[in-house]
Amino acid sequence: MCGIVGLFLKNKALEPKLGSMLSGMLATMCDRGPDSAGFAVYGRGDSDHVKLTVRSTSPDIDFAGLGTRLSEAIGSPVAVEVRDSHGVFTIPEGSEEKARKTVEALCSDVRIVGSGTRMEIYKEVGRPDAVAKRFHLEQMSGSHGIAHTRMATESAVTTDGAHPFSTGRDQCLVHNGSLSNHNALRRELRRKGLSFETENDTEVAARYLTWRISQGDSLGDALKHSLDDLDGFYTFVVGTEDGFGVLRDPIACKPAVMAETDDYVAFGSEYRALASLPGIDKAKVWEPKPATVYFWERH
Amino acid sequence: MPTIDLDVTTLREFNQTLHDLAEGTNDTYFRVVNPRGRHAIAAGVDAPVTIEIDGNAGYYCAGMNKRANIIVNGSAGVGVAENMMSGRVHVKGDASASAGATGCGGLLVIDGNASSRCGISARGIDIVVKGSVGHMSAFMAQAGTLVVLGDAGDALGDSLYEARLFVRGKVNSLGSDCIEKPLRDEHTQGLGKLLKEAGLNGQVNPSEFRRYGSARQLYHFHMDNLEAY
Repeated sequence: MCGIVGLFLKNKALEPKLGSMLSGMLATMCDRGPDSAGFAVYGRGDSDHVKLTVRSTSPDIDFAGLGTRLSEAIGSPVAVEVRDSHGVFTIPEGSEEKARKTVEALCSDVRIVGSGTRMEIYKEVGRPDAVAKRFHLEQMSGSHGIAHTRMATESAVTTDGAHPFSTGRDQCLVHNGSLSNHNALRRELRRKGLSFETENDTEVAARYLTWRISQGDSLGDALKHSLDDLDGFYTFVVGTEDGFGVLRDPIACKPAVMAETDDYVAFGSEYRALASLPGIDKAKVWEPKPATVYFWERH
Repeated sequence: MPTIDLDVTTLREFNQTLHDLAEGTNDTYFRVVNPRGRHAIAAGVDAPVTIEIDGNAGYYCAGMNKRANIIVNGSAGVGVAENMMSGRVHVKGDASASAGATGCGGLLVIDGNASSRCGISARGIDIVVKGSVGHMSAFMAQAGTLVVLGDAGDALGDSLYEARLFVRGKVNSLGSDCIEKPLRDEHTQGLGKLLKEAGLNGQVNPSEFRRYGSARQLYHFHMDNLEAY
């Protein structure tokens, strides 16, 4: 089944409340996906730095120590923020490749889940409301965020299989549905030189979109092309530094409801996820049309 | 005239109250507040009572309804009035996918738009949508009527049996074995009666509609139809 929520704030005054609004929305979708959860939040950041979100598979990780050694390796100061099993390392722009290699060389039990000037990604196995609490989502601020509750179908219940999937800077994808041609498309993308970390269908969609964007597509064009190249059923919500996009497959068997007010644009797999948002009674509420790309960007 | 606040009373308790109503009960009107998109509100009612829901309902609202008059002062999620047997369900906002699915009887009125698969597999229900319906509406519908004042999406009436379809606006495309049929007096009379029941007496001219039905070419296996199966 799976549940998706997304929130894009138009009113900057609400930014300190992004996390609390998003965690409330996420909690209502627990019964659509009780096995794991994840979220991406677009918070503070500047163009001189990159944030690397690193997830540890071991509870004994020393993120501060890792930060010190990373700082020595790249020759620049590194800021470290730890949230439960995840650490966010802020490094200077231009040092991402070296930092990735260093982290992977220093620690075998970590995964780099995403990078971006503003994006941070957190995911874990467990009930979604408990996962949100572990990372203190309710205290996070930002301009927009997307979150996912997973009921695994195409691959195992692991943290690696939890959404969002990020395969490009400040880009992430969450998915409700299942793709039927992901093995064939994965082989095709491997032939083009892409590498994959899981057997998960959503990772294929995320890498496909990132690959299209690297070939010159805008996000909107990449989503349009996915209608031709992805087979199966899906509702996608895609986050970028500036905003988020929504796409449903042409049959639209996976649910989606959106709400818009002067203050925000919100997405939910069901209306229940939107019911507690401020001003929802007067919001414009509608279902996104099948095979239609929707996109909202910050100005 | 009980008012049920679903932030206080659990949905299960409320639905049980409705299921336990005795014949000839004095409680004939229930007002529901704070529905907040909860699923299966007033599902499985079998009593001649009125239930008014103030706000948006979730999935399967008024499902399996028998005899009750259920009003949603808001929008309804997937499968509103699915498998309705009799009675009346009125959604004042929009309805999500599969509105009135498999319904055997009764009347479903939707003031706004209905999403995809409206009236899928209908078996006798009458559905009046004042807005438009999405793709695959009336798919395999066996009996009953679907009336659409606005437009219909792709593949209307695919693999249709004997349900009657009337659309006033544009039809994006017809599904397999669904064809336009002439609108004769007997049809406009029946349509006028149904529009009246839906509260549109005199507001809509039945002769503005186009009628669609089954070409009945898929009822039996036929080698020439292989590509359509």
